Amino acid sequence: MTPPPGSLLAAQDLHKAYGATKALDGAEFSIHPGEVVAVMGPSGSGKSTLLHCLAGIVVPDSGSITYDGRELATMSDAQRSALRRNEFGFVFQFGQLVPELTCVENVALPLRLSGTSRKEAERAALTWMERLEVEDVAGQRPGEVSGGQGQRVAVARALVTRPRVIFADEPTGALDSLNGERVMELFTDAARSTNAAVVLVTHEARVAAYSDREIVVRDGKSRDMERAL
Amino acid sequence: MSIGHIGHTLLGLLESGPRHGYDLKRAFDEKFGHDRPLHYGQVYSTMSRLLKNGLVEVDAIEAGGGPERKRYAITDAGITDVDRWLATPEKPEPYLQSTLYTKVVLALLTGRNAADILDTQRAEHLRSMRILTDRKRQGDLADQLICDHALFHLEADLRWLELTAARLGKLREAVAR
Repeated sequence: MTPPPGSLLAAQDLHKAYGATKALDGAEFSIHPGEVVAVMGPSGSGKSTLLHCLAGIVVPDSGSITYDGRELATMSDAQRSALRRNEFGFVFQFGQLVPELTCVENVALPLRLSGTSRKEAERAALTWMERLEVEDVAGQRPGEVSGGQGQRVAVARALVTRPRVIFADEPTGALDSLNGERVMELFTDAARSTNAAVVLVTHEARVAAYSDREIVVRDGKSRDMERAL
Repeated sequence: MSIGHIGHTLLGLLESGPRHGYDLKRAFDEKFGHDRPLHYGQVYSTMSRLLKNGLVEVDAIEAGGGPERKRYAITDAGITDVDRWLATPEKPEPYLQSTLYTKVVLALLTGRNAADILDTQRAEHLRSMRILTDRKRQGDLADQLICDHALFHLEADLRWLELTAARLGKLREAVAR
């Protein structure tokens, strides 16, 4: 199957079942560089499974996922891990920062793991922390900062390797609306400035309003809402 | 005679000091008229009603090259009126006459695809929410508050759309009875 022209990441006719439960039942997806696409849908609709398949974390039963012209299914586990480490970034609802490390060490961690020196990694980390307006908490540990600050630190960490795709699963789910909006503003501005594509799973319309377009997943099937109009 | 919310607002703006009709329009547009600036005609017809009700008085008349320019000042009765208006709660909208609900039921009654109607509306709502979110990001605090008010209402509609989409099966059975 051919992915839509110009797409960076695309999925076609994805199926994934857990026992008798069909999590995905012919879902489609595509995203261009620099685009923010919201994936919406009720709980249990399959939106997180779709995100996990797109990110190469879960292998679908059938269907095709292509990233930058390469079929994910033909890659080895090691190649997929390298892809996740080098080209993808992740932001989750919570629990993603290492509690023993300071915030700047957390942000620098992906660079340190790929061999960058501590000094250089922390300098890059601080630049992103400034962009996300959390440079003040650089020396504090995640347990000592507010939920909104912690989430902005997590976004800085997702961006520090300059990934081409960022997967965000309910990134503001644990925040009140003012903090959530600030996170979304800074997050989408920063992602757009690097031309990264953002796959944003959310059940909140106000969060989805920061995207360029949305797809809705229901019963494992996706619908591109641009085409609904 | 009802002076409407524009009348009360213009009265309130006069509390800081007398103004000409033109200044009043400018102050109103700057603070409240983001999407719908007042027409001059609206200002003058409202002022003549306020005058008739004794809520304002003509404080000065300037004769220039063109027509005479009246300067209006609020009266004590006007201040009492503003007090009363501000202290009276607005009646919450009941939202019981929903065209969307009618469309969904009609689609079910006539064997059309009601889910498509809900999806189309959902996409349209989210499009409006994007425009408002964008405006909010670029605007000042006043813009942010105005946009938030609209965004929360649209969000409530969207929740209704989602809930209705999830209940279409039951609704289909109910309307078929």
